Amino acid sequence: MTKTISKQLTDTRPIRLKGRSFLALVLSPELPFSNWLERLDDLAARSTGFFLGRPIVLDVEGLEITQADLKELLGELGERGVRVMGIEGARGSLIGPNMPPLMKGGRPAGDIEPEPAPGPAAAATPATSSAPEQAAKAEPRVEVHSQRAVSSIVITEPVRSGQSIIFPEGDVTILGSVASGAEVVAGGSIHVYGALRGRALAGSVGNASARIFCRKLEAELLAIDGLYKMPDDMDPKHRGQAVTVWLEGDAIKAERLA
Amino acid sequence: MAKVIVVTSGKGGVGKTTSTAALGAALAQRGEKTVVVDFDVGLRNLDLVMGAERRVVYDLINVVQGDAKLSQALIRDKRLETLHLLPASQTRDKDNLTAEGVEKVIDDLRKSFDWIICDSPAGIERGATLAMRHADVAVVVTNPEVSSVRDSDRIIGLLDAKTKKAENGERMEKHLLLTRYDPMRAERGDMLKVDDVLEILSIPLLGIIPESTDVLRASNLGTPVTLSDVSCAPALAYRDAARRLAGEQVAMTVPGERRGFINKLFGRRAA
Repeated sequence: MTKTISKQLTDTRPIRLKGRSFLALVLSPELPFSNWLERLDDLAARSTGFFLGRPIVLDVEGLEITQADLKELLGELGERGVRVMGIEGARGSLIGPNMPPLMKGGRPAGDIEPEPAPGPAAAATPATSSAPEQAAKAEPRVEVHSQRAVSSIVITEPVRSGQSIIFPEGDVTILGSVASGAEVVAGGSIHVYGALRGRALAGSVGNASARIFCRKLEAELLAIDGLYKMPDDMDPKHRGQAVTVWLEGDAIKAERLA
Repeated sequence: MAKVIVVTSGKGGVGKTTSTAALGAALAQRGEKTVVVDFDVGLRNLDLVMGAERRVVYDLINVVQGDAKLSQALIRDKRLETLHLLPASQTRDKDNLTAEGVEKVIDDLRKSFDWIICDSPAGIERGATLAMRHADVAVVVTNPEVSSVRDSDRIIGLLDAKTKKAENGERMEKHLLLTRYDPMRAERGDMLKVDDVLEILSIPLLGIIPESTDVLRASNLGTPVTLSDVSCAPALAYRDAARRLAGEQVAMTVPGERRGFINKLFGRRAA
C-alpha cells in the first residue's frame, strides 16, 4: 500500500484501492419487529453465540419503516450482540449519520463457490489511471485460487462436545461421530462417517444445493442454507438411520441411504 | 518410569475422588510407590476418603508457594506404606495454583514415585485444566447417564487440546472408567448400557464399577474401597482396573451380565 501526500502531486502514482470480498450472514427482519426479534431470540437461545463475532448485513428491502424504526432495531440487535456491518436494500434517506453504511451489489454467496470466479463485490477504481483497474481485477483471481486449493477438509477424530468445526470454504468430512453439544458448520456439504448427535449446518454461506450425510442420524439441529430443523420436526423413521438430508425449495428433506 | 494419571470427568459427583483413592490404594497394594494428589482446592475431599483429614499440616498450595517442602506436605498412609497423599488446601484461593508451581511439584513427585494420581475438580475451569495438564494418562470417570456422558465427551476434547502432551503433538492415552453401573437399571433402559457409552465416547474401557453400598460405606469410614473390603464387587472391579492401568491383560466383566441374561428370558416369558 503506497500513501503519498503532496500538494504539488510530484508523485503521480495513484492511491491503490483494493477490492476484497467477504462472506457475511444476511438477516432479513420482518414487521412487526417485536415479533421478529422474539423469533431471533428463540434461535439465539438454541444456538448460543451463533451471531457472536460474525459479520452481519441487515436486508431491509421492501420494509415500510422510518429512520427512527431502523435506529431502534439496530439498538435492539446491538443489545443481543449482533453487530451489523452494513445495510442492504434501504433508501439513502433511511440511513442516519451513525448507522452502518448502505451496501449494494451483494450477491448470493453461492456464486463465490469455487468454480467460476466472479469479481469482488465492489471494486472501487479511481478514474485517474487504468493501472489500478487491472490491479483490482487481478486481485480476486489470487483469492479464488486459494479457495480452490482448500475446498474440503477431512477431520480424522470424533468431534467432541463443545468443539466446533467451521469451514465456510467448502465440504467437511468427519471420520467419526459428532457428539451432542458439538457443531459442524460448512459452506458446502457435511459428511459424517459415524453418528451425528450434535448440530450440522451445511451450505452456511448460501449454498442451497449442499447436503448432509451421516451414518446415524441423532442430530440436535440440521440446517441447510439457513433453513433449520429441530429433532422434534424430523420424521421419527429416520432416527438412528443412515440418511442424506437436502433442501427442496424451502423444505428440508431426508431419505434413508441404501 | 513414573506415570502421571489424571482422574477427571467434567461433571461432579460421578466418583472421581472415590476412584482416585481406590485406584491409588490398589496400585500401592501391588508394592508400587503411589501418591494421590488432590487438586480440588477449596473443596478438598480426598483426605476424608483416605482417612487422613486429621493429619493434614501442609498442602499442595503451601508447596507450590514454597512455604513448605514437598516431603513435609506428603502424608504416608497408615495401612499401606507405599501409599501417600498430597492434600489440597481447604482455605486458600484456587488462584494460588500456578501452572509453573504445579509443573515443579509434579516433576519432583516423578522422581520418587511410580504412580502420581491427580484427583481433578469438577468443571472445565482452571483447576481441572491444571490437574490434567501434565498427565501421561487420563482416566475419564463416567456414570451411565446422558449428562455425565456429554460432560466426559467435553473433557476428552479438552484432554486432546489443552494438555502438555497435546501441545507437543503427542496423543494423550485416555481410558473410560464407568462407575455406579447398575445392571438391573441398564437392562430396564433406565440407564445407558455399556456399549452405548463406549459408542458415544469411543475411548477404551478401563473398568466397570458396579453401584454398591460398599463404596459409600468405605468413603464414610475413610478407607479406599480397595482396602476396606477386599472381596466386595467394587473392590474387585477397581483392582482389575488398576491392573489394566499397569499394563496387564485382564478380561472385562460386565456386572450382572448373567443375571441380565436370565432377566431377559423371564421378561420374554412374562410378555
